[in-house]
Amino acid sequence: MTPMIEIDEVTKYFGTKLVLDRVSLTVNRHEVVCLIGASGSGKSTLLRCVNRLVAHDYGTIRLDGVPVDDPRFGKTGLQKRAGIVFQSYNLFPHMTVLENITLAPRRVHGVSRAEATARAQEVLARFGMDGFAQAYPEQLSGGQQQRVAIARALMTKPDVLLLDEITAALDPELVGEVLAIIRGLKDAGMTMMIVTHEMGFARDCADRVAFLSDGMILEEGPPDRIFGAPEQPRTRAFLDRIIASGRL
Amino acid sequence: MTTAHPAKAGGQDPARRGPPPPPPKRGFDWRAAALPTAIGLASFISVFGGLALYVTSAEQWPRIKLQFFNLDAMIAAFPRVLQGFWVNIQVWLTVLVCILVWALVLAIVRSLRAPWFAPFRLMVVIYIDIFRGVPVLLLVLLFGFGIPALNLPGLPNSGLFWGSVAMVLSYAAYVAEIYRSGIDAVHEGQRAAAKSLGLSEWQTLRYAILPQALRNVVPALMNIVVALQKDVALLSVIGVRDAVREAQIYTASTFNYSSLIVAAGLFLLATIPMARLADYLTRRDRMRRLQIAA
Repeated sequence: MTPMIEIDEVTKYFGTKLVLDRVSLTVNRHEVVCLIGASGSGKSTLLRCVNRLVAHDYGTIRLDGVPVDDPRFGKTGLQKRAGIVFQSYNLFPHMTVLENITLAPRRVHGVSRAEATARAQEVLARFGMDGFAQAYPEQLSGGQQQRVAIARALMTKPDVLLLDEITAALDPELVGEVLAIIRGLKDAGMTMMIVTHEMGFARDCADRVAFLSDGMILEEGPPDRIFGAPEQPRTRAFLDRIIASGRL
Repeated sequence: MTTAHPAKAGGQDPARRGPPPPPPKRGFDWRAAALPTAIGLASFISVFGGLALYVTSAEQWPRIKLQFFNLDAMIAAFPRVLQGFWVNIQVWLTVLVCILVWALVLAIVRSLRAPWFAPFRLMVVIYIDIFRGVPVLLLVLLFGFGIPALNLPGLPNSGLFWGSVAMVLSYAAYVAEIYRSGIDAVHEGQRAAAKSLGLSEWQTLRYAILPQALRNVVPALMNIVVALQKDVALLSVIGVRDAVREAQIYTASTFNYSSLIVAAGLFLLATIPMARLADYLTRRDRMRRLQIAA
């Protein structure tokens, strides 16, 4: 079990508001860790600190042993090794699917057009999106857009995939197709950190679940224990609310 | 509750029978349209006819008609005014291209967030404040008369050139702000996506933000294009022989103002189609947004 992401005593303020309070968490290679918790608990911020979309204030985050703010990553090394997918897809609307997913390989990592296109076709085919290479994002369903966004994040063969509530904007009947892809990635050994409100998915896909509240990880462990026998009253209250809303 | 109809169990029975046909398309109903049309026409005739009667009833109308709407004078002045108008068109297009490019440079500098750009950002802010704050006419006068007198070596010395420069500097300040509004309107998630892919700040602008921003501001830019077409006439004050200047020259030699009406007609011929095009682009853009929102 080699650690892939090591988060050590990380603190983050937005202005004077404390959003992460000395958070520590380790994600091992090939492991899937789900972050759950109420809105505003700091889950997304923690995820964004890992690929430095947000710069943390105190503590260290290491990716494969190297601090994420280490100059050894250069300008784009971290982004190459840690891909992220957002809740609202954030595909570029003026570009075709193919242009969207070959943009970074070609412009950032200097891959030739032919090579990038070949890799793109391979990734799209894997997600059942071959045939949509020339489509524009707004012509696709939400589920298809999110599959393209995942493909885009995987183009550079990252070591880690960060998923930020990627099914939260989808119509209920489209959630399944996206979650199936995540399961496929897990089976292929991808290391993932997943912020999710899909408790059913977290329960049977995660190796470990961490419950965040007010910028702290209150409880962490295998899903069966977190969902079956939560120790913290706040975890229990949160899960009760989720169950009451019919989402578990 | 009986089990008489299977559809009752869980909703409609799709096999029941076909849906009713689409309603027939109604032809144009002349009888229904007659009254509103008649009222509209009557209203038109009474308003505009009344206005025409009022103006022509003025004691001086026959004199004004002779001085401003003299057909012979119009025909006589037309070739020279048209020649001047050709100058307007040339200046307009050249200045327009320069404005669009220079304003884009200003807007890009202003939106780059890297710290070492701070002094340049400040310069752009000051530039925009100054050139938006001074009337275009004043700038044209200052540049058109002032700079040629300097006799700067290596630079053209004509009023036409420096007057055009003044137009570019002034309009670019406005257009830069339009660009910037377009840049700011692009969703923050687009920047996050670009950054997460490793794109540099410049690449983010170039590939992700600007293409969307430019598309957003096309309708607003069209208004500037129309306004600029007319404002080129300001160059006449520094002696550029555009349509207005040529019309004035004719007026000065004949004491007949019909040439000004000719110039006005030419401007309208050019601006009205552009205004319609601007409306069309705005409408199309609105539809596009609504479709996305739906």
